[in-house]
Amino acid sequence: MAIDIYKINPEFRDIMPQEIIDLEEKATWAQNQDKPRGIKELPQSKELLEEHSLCAGCPEAAALRYVLSALPKPEETIIVNSTGCTSLMFPHIALHTVHSLFGNQNAVATGIKRVLDWRFPDTEKDVVVLAGDGATVDIGLDYTLQSFFRQENITTICFDNEVYANTGGQESGATPKGQVFKMAPTGKKFDKVPMWKLATTSGCHYSINMTASAPKAVAKAVREAILVAREIGPTFLNIYTPCILEIGLSANEGLGEMKEQDKDRFESYKYISPEAEEFLAKCKEEGRL
Amino acid sequence: MSKITDMTDTHNWSGQRLVTADELLFEAPREKHFMTGSEVLKEAVKRCTVDASVSYPITPQSEAAHLIGELWAEGYVGTYFRGENEFGVMSEVAGCAMAGARTITTTSGPGTLRAMENFAQWSGTRIPCQLILMARGINSPLTIQPDNLEVSYMLETGCQIWYAENVQELFDMSIAAFVVAEKPDVHVPIITVVDGFFVSHTREAVMLPADDIALFPYEPYKSPLPPIDSETPPGRFLRDPFVMKSNYISYATHASWQFEIRSAVERSRPYAEHFLDGLVHTTGSEDAEIAFVTCGTASHQAKEAERELMKLGIKSKVIKLRTIRPFPEEELITALEGVKHIFVPEFNVVGWLEKEVKKALYKKTEADIVGGPRVAGGMSMPAEAIIKEVMEKINPGKGA
Ligand SMILES: Cc1ncc(C[n+]2csc(CCOP(=O)(O)OP(=O)(O)O)c2C)c(N)n1
Ligand code: SF4
Repeated sequence: MAIDIYKINPEFRDIMPQEIIDLEEKATWAQNQDKPRGIKELPQSKELLEEHSLCAGCPEAAALRYVLSALPKPEETIIVNSTGCTSLMFPHIALHTVHSLFGNQNAVATGIKRVLDWRFPDTEKDVVVLAGDGATVDIGLDYTLQSFFRQENITTICFDNEVYANTGGQESGATPKGQVFKMAPTGKKFDKVPMWKLATTSGCHYSINMTASAPKAVAKAVREAILVAREIGPTFLNIYTPCILEIGLSANEGLGEMKEQDKDRFESYKYISPEAEEFLAKCKEEGRL
Repeated sequence: MSKITDMTDTHNWSGQRLVTADELLFEAPREKHFMTGSEVLKEAVKRCTVDASVSYPITPQSEAAHLIGELWAEGYVGTYFRGENEFGVMSEVAGCAMAGARTITTTSGPGTLRAMENFAQWSGTRIPCQLILMARGINSPLTIQPDNLEVSYMLETGCQIWYAENVQELFDMSIAAFVVAEKPDVHVPIITVVDGFFVSHTREAVMLPADDIALFPYEPYKSPLPPIDSETPPGRFLRDPFVMKSNYISYATHASWQFEIRSAVERSRPYAEHFLDGLVHTTGSEDAEIAFVTCGTASHQAKEAERELMKLGIKSKVIKLRTIRPFPEEELITALEGVKHIFVPEFNVVGWLEKEVKKALYKKTEADIVGGPRVAGGMSMPAEAIIKEVMEKINPGKGA
C-alpha cells in the first residue's frame, strides 16, 4: 500500500482543523518500515485525534494509542471492531477499520483475512480485531472462540472494562462476581470469564492478560501477538481498560486503578506456544522486535 | 487449489476463458443436461470466477453448499470454508466482500432468520455479494418444503431480491445476479430466491453453456466504497466523527444513506431488464380477463391452472414477477391491461406478495385482487386449488 494512507483532499485542506492535518503529516506510518515502531515515537507522532468521543481520561483512548504505535505494518493493517465505546475511537484514526455489528468482529475479520491472503499472496496484510468485553466474551464469544479453533491468522484484542459501558453500565461476562451493575441489581452471580485461559485452550498461540498501565508492555505484547498471528496462528490479548465512568473515578484516576489491579486481579498471565516462542526468538535475532 | 496469480488477461485462475456476461448468458452455444437445482447452482458458480464462498449446512440447500466446496477443491473457487453458524457465515461473507472478493453463499429459511441482522448491514456497506436463498418453512412444525415466509422478512433489508421459478432460471439468474449487483452504480447485495425442495431437489432438463468459459473477474476498485484491502486510502464511511453523537448528523447521514441504497436498487432496473430479458414474464392468453400474479414455483402451478382453465373455455394469463426488489410496478400494470380479476397464489400464510401487488396497484387498476390461494407451506400448490379460487370468484357458489 502507498505510504499516503491518509490524504486530505487538497481543496478542503484550508478548512481542516490542525489536528487532522497532523494526523496526515505526523502519523508514524511508514517512517520506520524496517525498524520496529513503538511508543517512543508517540510524543512526536499522531495516531489518534485528541478530540475523539470517549470520556475524558478514558483508559481505552490511551490504550488504543499504544496499540496503534506498535502495529508492525500499519499501512497493511486492517482493524475490525465492534459496537461499543471502542467503536467511537475508530473514526478518529487514519487506518482502514471496519465496524460491522455487535459481536461478529471475529467472523468479519476471518472473511477479510482469508480474502486478503487470496488476493495478495505476496503481501503480508495483518488483520487485528479490537472490541470490548461484551462483544468478545458475551455476544461474540462463539465467533471469537470459533476463529481460534479454525486457526485464523488474526490477532484479537479485548479492551476489557468489565462492563457494557456504551449502553450505560450493565454487567458483562467479564464483570467480577458480586459487582452490582445495571441488570445485576443484587450483584453478579458468576465469576469473571477467564477469556485469556479460554484463548489458550482454544488454540491461540499467544495469550495475555494485562492492564494498560505500562505502555511499553502493551506495545510489546501487541507487536509480538501480531507477528505470531501472521506466521503461526491466532493470538489474544486481554487488556484491562477500566470504565472510569461506571466505577465512579475521575478523569485522572484511570492509571492508578490499572496499577492497583496489576498487582491483584490482572497479575500478568502469558502463554506462548512452543512454535510461537521459537518464532519470536527468531524475530528478535532479525531485529523485528 | 487455485492461485489468483494464475489469472491472465484472457483466462481465469482455473484456466477457463474469460467472457462477457452477454456471451455467457446469450451467445455461447448450450447443451441439454438433466440436473437438480443444487447441481445447477454448482454449474453456475463454476462459470462465475468466484473468489470466495462460506458455507453452513441446512436442508433443503445443503447439497448446493457442499457442491461449491467441491468446486473449490477442483480449483474453480478462490477460498471456501464452513462457518460456525449462519450469523457467522453472513458476517464472514461480509468480510470477504468488503475485502474485494466476488462472494456467494446459500441458505434456507431458518438460516436466513438466524443471520437476519447481517442483511441490512450488507446493503448498508454496499457489498455486491450474492445469497442464494432456497426458501423453506420456518414456522413450527418442521418442514423442509417452502412456505417462503422468510422472503417477506428480507424485503426491507435494502438488498435486491430476485425470484427464480425453476432450475433453468436459477442457473441464468445466479450468473446475471453477480453482473447486476457489481455494476458500480448499483453495487448492492442480491438475494436470489428459489422455492427450496421443489427446485433444489428436483431434476429437470436445463440448457448449459460449456464449462470452459467463465465471467470476467470482479473488479473491486470500481466499487463506490474503497475495498478494505489497504491498497487505497480508507473511505469516509464511518470515518467522520461518529454519526450517532449528533442527532442532526445522525438523521441526515442515516436517512440519506438509506435512500441512496434504495435508489441504487432502482438503478438496477435497466441492467436486470437486459440480463433477465424483462422483469416480468407473461404466458397465456393476451386478451384474458383473469390474471395470476406470481413468483417462484407458484408460477409453474398457475401456468398449469391456466392450461386447465383454457380447456374449460376460460382465458387467463400468468404474470410472473422475476424481481421483487426492485418491484416491477410499471411492467405489471402494462401486463394487466384489460384484466378484471387478479389472483395472487402464494406459498405463505401472510400473503406478502398480495400486499406488494396491492400496494403497487393502488388506484391504478379497476380489477379486483384476490389474495389466494395460499397453501402455507409444507406441500405443493395443486392447480385445482387455483382453479377453485377462480371458479368461486367468477362463478360464485358453483365451485370448480
Ligand atoms: C445485537 C445488539 N444487541 C445489543 C446492542 C446494544 N449495544 C451497543 S454497545 C453495547 C455494549 C458494548 O459493550 P462492550 O463490548 O463491553 O464495549 P464497551 O462499550 O464496554 O467498550 C451494546 C449491548 C447492539 N448494538 N446490538
Ligand atoms: S463510558 Fe467508560 S469505557 Fe466508555 S468512554 Fe466513558 S469511561 Fe471510557
